[in-house]
Amino acid sequence: MDHPLTPLLKKDFDFAAAQHLLNRAGFGGTPQQVRALVELGLDDSLDLIVEFDAGDRKRAKAGESEEGETPARDRGPLFVHGDFKPDVLREETPEERAELARAREAKDEETIARLQALRQQRERDDREQLALMQKTWLQRMIETPRPFEEKLTLFWHGHFATGYRTIENSWHMAIQNETLRRLGSGDFQTLVRAIISDPAMLRYLDNNQNRRRSPNENLARELMELFTLGEGNGYTERDIKEGARALTGRTYRGNDYYFDRQQFDPGPKTILGRTGNLDGDGFVSTILERPECPRFIAWKFYRFFVNDAPTLSPEGKECIERLADEFRRNDGRIRPTLRTLFRSRHFYAPENRLAVVKSPTQLVVQTIRSLGTPPREMKSLVDAGDLMGQQLFQPPSVKGWDGGRSWINTATLFVRQNVVVYLVTGRRPKGFDWSDSEMRYDSFPLVAHLRDAQGGLDAHETIRAVASFALGGSIAPERIEQLDRFLDGLDQSGRETAITNDRIKALLCLIGAMPEYQLC
Amino acid sequence: MHDAPFTRRLFLQRGCALASLAATVPCFIERSALGMLGNPLLSSQPGVPDHRILVVVQLGGGNDGLNTVVPYGDPEYFKVRPNLALQAPGPSGSGVSLQLDQQLGLGLHPALAPLKSLYDEGLVSVVQGVGYPNPNRSHFTSMDIWHTGRLDAKGSGWIGRYFDATCNGTPIPEGAVAVGRSAPLAMEGNIQKPISFESPELFRWLGEDLHPALKDPYEAINRSGTLPGTGGDTQKDFLMRTALDAQVASGRILAAVAKAPLVRYPETPLARQLRTIGAMIRAEMPTRVYYATIGGFDTHGGQNTRHAQLLRQVAEAIEPFQRDLKAQGNDARVVTMVFSEFGRRVKQNGANGTDHGTAAPVFVIGAGVKPGIVGTHPSLTDLDQGDLKYGIDFRSVYASLLGDWMKAPSEQILRGNFPSAGIVRA
Repeated sequence: MDHPLTPLLKKDFDFAAAQHLLNRAGFGGTPQQVRALVELGLDDSLDLIVEFDAGDRKRAKAGESEEGETPARDRGPLFVHGDFKPDVLREETPEERAELARAREAKDEETIARLQALRQQRERDDREQLALMQKTWLQRMIETPRPFEEKLTLFWHGHFATGYRTIENSWHMAIQNETLRRLGSGDFQTLVRAIISDPAMLRYLDNNQNRRRSPNENLARELMELFTLGEGNGYTERDIKEGARALTGRTYRGNDYYFDRQQFDPGPKTILGRTGNLDGDGFVSTILERPECPRFIAWKFYRFFVNDAPTLSPEGKECIERLADEFRRNDGRIRPTLRTLFRSRHFYAPENRLAVVKSPTQLVVQTIRSLGTPPREMKSLVDAGDLMGQQLFQPPSVKGWDGGRSWINTATLFVRQNVVVYLVTGRRPKGFDWSDSEMRYDSFPLVAHLRDAQGGLDAHETIRAVASFALGGSIAPERIEQLDRFLDGLDQSGRETAITNDRIKALLCLIGAMPEYQLC
Repeated sequence: MHDAPFTRRLFLQRGCALASLAATVPCFIERSALGMLGNPLLSSQPGVPDHRILVVVQLGGGNDGLNTVVPYGDPEYFKVRPNLALQAPGPSGSGVSLQLDQQLGLGLHPALAPLKSLYDEGLVSVVQGVGYPNPNRSHFTSMDIWHTGRLDAKGSGWIGRYFDATCNGTPIPEGAVAVGRSAPLAMEGNIQKPISFESPELFRWLGEDLHPALKDPYEAINRSGTLPGTGGDTQKDFLMRTALDAQVASGRILAAVAKAPLVRYPETPLARQLRTIGAMIRAEMPTRVYYATIGGFDTHGGQNTRHAQLLRQVAEAIEPFQRDLKAQGNDARVVTMVFSEFGRRVKQNGANGTDHGTAAPVFVIGAGVKPGIVGTHPSLTDLDQGDLKYGIDFRSVYASLLGDWMKAPSEQILRGNFPSAGIVRA
């Protein structure tokens, strides 16, 4: 019998379906790219998108390595290139510390001030490095040939949310980001274990203060509530207390995870009904055996990749249940689970098309990747993300971004509309330090492809094709009418309506201002 | 074109006043009420002071409390701050504090002269030694503690929770407005989300500047939304409603700021923010809480000049704002709180500046406040690791603003029973 995860029929993988897949599993693509997927068919498209590193893995299996080759700038580890330094925010050296102690002793205010100024300089440099990381990651999302890798990294960044504001160490954020990228498509247990060994997370949730004699429950609580089981799903306050004991001693030194045996509580603990001398890894495997875990993760996947409307349809509920089963059957492996989802009939169902509110990052990256606008200034786009409520490396809290409708309010909606204007025309809003961009957007490749693919369209048909593509596959009749009227209004002379680059740009600005442009 | 009668009452119906009914009436009545625009029963709710407004002014970076409210009566002050101390009140001049209370030996920084006149008119409450236990000296963490109203600095914002607690399930469009780059955590609720804009000129679509022909189609596209309760609730319905709200709000805000204010504001960043807020209050926006921000108080070195400039900017923005409200006839509706994430260390440092400290004064301003000095000035000798001990928990200030002023369940919002600091007239 059919169920939500039944595979889509091959013939139903049409242009709109392929575009849907590319938007959700990645950040959209040009008409040419969408067309290429249609020609590949669903399964080969999934190979291309989901098994993005198949080539690397094959090489690794055959014992070949990429050693000696320059690491790719557009995929794999992101912050390994020379621009980033692990020690911008280094601790004081023993010499400096001794000097400071001496100065304090001698009440040598000048030396104290000098050492403090050095420290403050390092903090400023660190904030600058974070700003560079934000731009670099955004650029990666725009350029990567493996959009699914970055989309997943972004997903996990919101799931295992850690904010720079609190930890104030850019390199720790970089380490975490690489971990999420490296392990984000692997198996969940490995990922969670890495997270409870991650300096940024350990600092963010105060586990560096989780000591045998004074346990700190913060990480234990969020590990269950936000990372694995969901709030109140099958655990008690007692489990949190016992779990915190299992996490004692997990801290960091410098940039590395450090297990402080002195602070670890070696006594027996009972967590979720399991008793033993559990440590952090034991705690994680205990949690991950619970049925609530796959269900919670399946729900998070569903909201991010399928539909984030406030109410869930009955099919949606069933899909989540099936996806949870699938996740379990795959031993918590993420990639095959999501592959099944992306292959399913439910994923392509009409109710799930244009059912996700684009995150600010999605809005920016998808506009560039699908319309082919110049990327313009990364700094401006990072700033715009901030105005729209999503600053990379700065989720508002450990809950991450709420997503869905919470992205949208009257103020963010204007910024969203204006960002499209900026990308298409290079016009920056007055009063911002957005830099003006002289780079001209050439809409011709987009238009030509859409027009030619459908065989010599007239002006109005072309506009319709462009709008339908930009809006993710469908356009309402009243929108067609509105755009037609606009186009007709431009030519009072009665001559045949001409399609010019400026007109396409104006139309794209209008399309970007349509409420439904916020959906993907 | 859509031309719904967007009155203040409609906004209220769609927001707080209606939602406050929701707690007591079954859901279906609430739903049908949504359709009953113009029902006079809904326009004002007894006990819901929907006309009251709170304005928060944040001094970012850690304002030096000891050089704001000056304990000139304590000889210790001059010992610990040989180069920074302000003089006892006397013939006016730079570095001479203004008399706040002779008996208590307290003065105000001379740059706060405009605030002093408000104080003399009985419009200012000076809350002394505001802080919290185990003070955190990191800007971000301490700011988050103030914003969340929680010592673990986690979770939603205290103002956001105010909305969540009083507007059960229905956020107010433009209920919480931050005039600034990004919305403060303090305003993030689970239901209510703040909006923020740096300047009203940006609270609109900039595409229409490209070509005049774009204006009409843009409006047609963005004004075709339906009213809540009358349309569906798909993602697209939601977006179309918000788009319509945005057009309406944009029109109102732009019209509001286009009017010349009733008083003159200086051209400083903070004064511009408060001028916008004043214009929005005058235009009867549905906003209940406004937020303005000024940074730069992190005066580790060469403090005196910089600190004076900043305090002058604060006082010279707040004073015209208060005059503006009075000229509008809104002065009894608005209370303004001025706070910083922490004060600074008692002793000056080696660079004629001060480092991160703890407790500091909070100002609460408005015709509704109980004027005067609240609490005692923290001792300069009974210190905690060289820092002032707080006397009043900041959540008691919040409790007064929430409970006494906004008539909201402050205990629920603050998740604890903090005695009201009694700053506001009952």
